[in-house]
Amino acid sequence: MTATVRRRRPEPRKRSGNGRLPLAKAPTGIPGLDEITNGGLPRGRPTLVCGGAGCGKTLLAMEFLVRGALEYNEPGVFMSFEETAEDLVENARSLGFDLQRLSARRRLVLDHVHLEPSKVTETGEYDLEGLFIRLGHAIDSIRAKRVVLDTIEVLFSGLSDRFVVRAELARLFRWLKTKRVTAIVTGERAGDHLTRHGLEEYVSDCVILLDQRVMEQSATRRLRILKYRGSSHGGNEMPFLIDDHGVSVLPITSLGLAHQASTAHVSTGVAGLDGMFAKKGYFRGNSVLASGTAGTGKSSLAAHFVEAACRRGERCLYFAFEESSSQITRNMRSIGIDLEPWIRRNLLRVYAQRPTALGLEAHLVAMHRLIEDFRPRVVVVDPVTNMIAVGSETEVKAMLARLIDFMKLRQITALFTSLTEGGDSAEQTDLGVSSLMDVWMLLGNQEANGERNRAIQIVKARGMAHSNQVREFVMTDRGFTLVDVSRRADGSVAIGSARGAQEKQAPARDAKPRRKRRAE
Amino acid sequence: MKNGARRTWRLRLYVAGQTPKSITALANLKRLCEDHLAGRYRIEVVDLVKQPHLARRDDIVVLPTLVRQLPRPIRKIIGDLSNVERVLIGLDVIPRHDEQ
Repeated sequence: MTATVRRRRPEPRKRSGNGRLPLAKAPTGIPGLDEITNGGLPRGRPTLVCGGAGCGKTLLAMEFLVRGALEYNEPGVFMSFEETAEDLVENARSLGFDLQRLSARRRLVLDHVHLEPSKVTETGEYDLEGLFIRLGHAIDSIRAKRVVLDTIEVLFSGLSDRFVVRAELARLFRWLKTKRVTAIVTGERAGDHLTRHGLEEYVSDCVILLDQRVMEQSATRRLRILKYRGSSHGGNEMPFLIDDHGVSVLPITSLGLAHQASTAHVSTGVAGLDGMFAKKGYFRGNSVLASGTAGTGKSSLAAHFVEAACRRGERCLYFAFEESSSQITRNMRSIGIDLEPWIRRNLLRVYAQRPTALGLEAHLVAMHRLIEDFRPRVVVVDPVTNMIAVGSETEVKAMLARLIDFMKLRQITALFTSLTEGGDSAEQTDLGVSSLMDVWMLLGNQEANGERNRAIQIVKARGMAHSNQVREFVMTDRGFTLVDVSRRADGSVAIGSARGAQEKQAPARDAKPRRKRRAE
Repeated sequence: MKNGARRTWRLRLYVAGQTPKSITALANLKRLCEDHLAGRYRIEVVDLVKQPHLARRDDIVVLPTLVRQLPRPIRKIIGDLSNVERVLIGLDVIPRHDEQ
């Protein structure tokens, strides 16, 4: 499985070990769906997509056709038994698809089948040969490789002879296979049954279930692959989204730990802090967690990191969940970091959104999409803890794992800030996400002698020796600055005004302590 | 029969080749037209095998389908037309809801 969520090429047919051809697949082009199906829908076979009213069946099916026509040179026929062609054109426009243009270019045929039982009199034996001829003609006229029937169950309400409809549907599904088209057949869920009229009996290769439910006041769409013959698939429920880019499925399962570990390093953006890592910064592709209580300088640390990357000419994406873009630039200017020019030069993009504005899935999909579009080398999520406002802890952790894997595969160095509650539990991150992180820094305030002094320490840095010291830092008009360690005669570290006093007493003494970097 | 006394029936029968159902339907149609609409009808047979594009244009799914083009409104009747009474009601040769 490749790393890309949006696959552009069909999976090559490879002979497997036992000499049999594995099931050929037709990529849907829908981000995430091809990933969880290991390459797409069974090629040349029908797939059943079922779910309740308004679950997104029609749009998913439509996107499958549109992407097939646009990205895989596979024209398609959409046969609608419910919505008119005009309605379909209108609905598809909301996803950014121009069906009229595709039809004009002969990449798509939209056909609305209108069956109104009240206007039809039945007078004897009949069959559905007209449907076969109609569909066959549409397929042949544009050499279609994909077909959608949405939803053919309407035939059961339009015609009184169920026996004929059943027999004809069975014949239709066999016939679709002989036409070698990859088809999506939709069906409406009814009670305990997958489809009202048992369409699943006819489709043996692949069944996808869509679901929409409301959790904590926000509607969540979910997709599950119930069945996929001859292919491994994730049986988990995957959140999905429908927005102005179409459908996106967000697999919650991890992409796996197959990424290449880089040995190149990336500056933290703070000179003194680089020195605390044996490799003068993070490894490229590291995920870094900076946690601390409110006002400990997490965002400033992130801003330094971003600015340093921009200076190197690297694109940065900043996800701000607490402050607006202008608020961030204003605040950072006060500590001497001007992010504005980088935004103007399109090296830095700030995506500011309140977490509650969208559901958790919506955020993560949006994040994936922005990363795909912008292709940054550095990503900041500030703060990741706000995610928990919109999802449960386990959900957030699973999603985050997925996001981290996704970024690692792209060698994106990511900095996550995490707001911790005050008190003794400083090392306890709210999300329990520290195990996902390669580097974990703790920022905090030390209160003593009527002062509140800031300090930073590295809790862990995988694969790298690092300083064990708690270092004091100050926020100046030149930003986040680590101050030299000042040691008292008894070996303890003096901070704040105590440091000042200590330095007056013994200038430069122990400015470079022996134990500064254990690694050396 | 006052309802259709001076009207002309233009009827179009959609079939797919010479299948038993097609043949039965056409034979049934001819017979009932002669019996009830003698001199006042025209039948056009459309073979969708030869003209497949007409299936979409005229919105045909089920075969055989008989379409009453005239008099208006357009009416659709499906099946091999073996139930003569239902055909006559569907075509409005026998008025609906009117006990004969």
